[in-house]
Amino acid sequence: MLTAIIAITLLALTLGLVLGFASIRFKVQGDPIVDQIDKILPQTQCGQCSFAGCRPYAEAIAAGEVDINRCPPGGEATIQALADLLDVEPKPLDEECGVEKPKMLAVIDEARCIGCTLCIQACPVDAILGAAKHMHTVIANECTGCELCVEPCPVDCIDMVETQPNPHTWRWPDPSHVDLQRRTGS
Amino acid sequence: MSAPLGDFPGGLKLPGHKKRSTQGPIRKTPISKQLVLPLQQHIGAAAGPIVEVGDKVLKGQRIARAEGHVSVCLHAPSSGVITAIGDHAIPHPSGLSAPCITIETDGEDRWIDRQQIKDFRQHSAHELRQIIRDAGIVGLGGAGFPSFIKLNPGVHHSVETLLINGAECEPYISCDDMLMRERADGILDGVEIMLFALRASRCILAIEDNKPEAIAAMRYALSSRSHLSQTEIVVVPTRYPTGGEKQLIQVVTKKQVPTNKLPIDIGIVCHNPGTAYAVGRAILHGEPLISRVVTVTGTDVTHAGNFETLFGTPIKDLLAFCETRRQPDEPFIQGGPMMGYSLAGDDLPITKTANCILVGVDDVAPPAQPLPCIRCGDCADVCPASLLPQQLYWYSRAKDFDQTRDYNLFDCIECGCCDYVCPSKIPLVSYFRFAKTEIMNQERERHKSDLARQRHESRLERLEREAQEKEERQRQRKAALAATKAAKAKEEDSINTAEAADSVTEEKA
Repeated sequence: MLTAIIAITLLALTLGLVLGFASIRFKVQGDPIVDQIDKILPQTQCGQCSFAGCRPYAEAIAAGEVDINRCPPGGEATIQALADLLDVEPKPLDEECGVEKPKMLAVIDEARCIGCTLCIQACPVDAILGAAKHMHTVIANECTGCELCVEPCPVDCIDMVETQPNPHTWRWPDPSHVDLQRRTGS
Repeated sequence: MSAPLGDFPGGLKLPGHKKRSTQGPIRKTPISKQLVLPLQQHIGAAAGPIVEVGDKVLKGQRIARAEGHVSVCLHAPSSGVITAIGDHAIPHPSGLSAPCITIETDGEDRWIDRQQIKDFRQHSAHELRQIIRDAGIVGLGGAGFPSFIKLNPGVHHSVETLLINGAECEPYISCDDMLMRERADGILDGVEIMLFALRASRCILAIEDNKPEAIAAMRYALSSRSHLSQTEIVVVPTRYPTGGEKQLIQVVTKKQVPTNKLPIDIGIVCHNPGTAYAVGRAILHGEPLISRVVTVTGTDVTHAGNFETLFGTPIKDLLAFCETRRQPDEPFIQGGPMMGYSLAGDDLPITKTANCILVGVDDVAPPAQPLPCIRCGDCADVCPASLLPQQLYWYSRAKDFDQTRDYNLFDCIECGCCDYVCPSKIPLVSYFRFAKTEIMNQERERHKSDLARQRHESRLERLEREAQEKEERQRQRKAALAATKAAKAKEEDSINTAEAADSVTEEKA
């Protein structure tokens, strides 16, 4: 009886030590699933999902508080990727949040800009350059097309334009669509 | 021939159709009224213009400089006036426009001063590479990779073999064949310089056995250069795609270039004979790359042949010079029937990578509706890269791009052998091109979103820091205010007590 108690106690102690050591030694910083979800999200930081950026939305998804279909810029591809990652059924995009649009780019009409800095404050990725009472401009390479700068502009000088493909970013068309067109055309 | 040849898997025996364009010598295309020069005619960063509209330029004058490492300069192909710098249609499968410099030629064709180097061995390899870069030389086989980079062995590699790829395996194309027949000496000039720059120990000139005239011409030219003892001509069997870089290396040296590696990793550097010729002209004659030999051929061309054409020459001018039965705006093929792409539009210029303009292909089957894949495996049998095209097709079609990568999609050289043999007429290469550009686009997007995330995070950090600083300042101000208030109160207190003391003493008095 006594040996059994001693043996179990010793075993419990050793295993406890091992587990304790492991929890310190192999501690995972942050929540990897949040990071993984965040990686899939398009990082437009547009807030159309009703969260203040992509990371808060990723955290909410990880906590199981919201659906995975609230990201219009990511569209179908993002929903599919999230569904694959979380092993759930993909759903159509929640229309409450918006519709999937082609990639956009903010362009400031520099002649009309009064230099109020409101758009600079609104830009979530610091992609607008300018100073008070000086003309502002959008750094095209950094703009995520979130449209957050359009609303605050008091003189309505920011336009969202569709990004045009150039020979570098151009993609070969999907041949199965071409087949389909031929089939429906003939 | 010293060593027995190797072999590559798959491949096809194709009808050559080369005779049509090899009947006459290389002819010069007349100078067009207008030359349109895309700033990007090579892999890497586009060149940056250094001229302005209205500037007069001479033939061979530099009009755009290299921007960044992987880039080369661009030169005026003839004398004239710059009339425009801006977007113009370019010969690209997308049909899109890109920045171009337009020159209105004056017909005088007056050269700029040319710096000729008589003895290149007096110069360092680095200097020679710089001249080759400044001369705007890129691989003329079709890819257009800046040649000076491929002439730099670097510190980590040593180059054993310089391989000159004169296989020219694709049907119809004969520009390298004609160049080797007519300008063998010029090619060997370039080979000498390349050997010197690479410090390579030997050179192999590989030519397919369907070009006996080119083989004879090169042999003859080589026989008069006793100091080129380390150079040999290797005749390889005619089979498509022997001219693929990795395939030719396998045939000639029996070595395989590993996936994601370059030939230089196994001590081999491969150049096109046209590039070697251009290197010779640049160093020994001081002439930058301003023209190339272009094959114009096809069933609808009356006077097919090879034409030394200035870059920027409108393709329609070249076609008019050869007389074709083509209707305006009818599509034609740039490159060969296997790997080329269809272009439409009459305003496209000849660029550094335009090796062939093909108008009308023999015994072409009418476009048929692709049938379902029956898994016959013919495509896998002919694939020179030992891939499984049928699997790649399924995954590309299903947009399962991770799987296409696992099946080594990026080892596909888009030779078109699988398309050629497919009994269901599935456009396999179109699917692979689609998948490749989709994957590259996804990667670009991922990179961009990583950047956006970083910027957003640093912005949040900055906002928080600013808020903290503000709070800190407010706290300090409040503390300072409280301190002054306290000091004032103390002062008042002391005055009060003093007054009280005074009154007490007064009372006492």
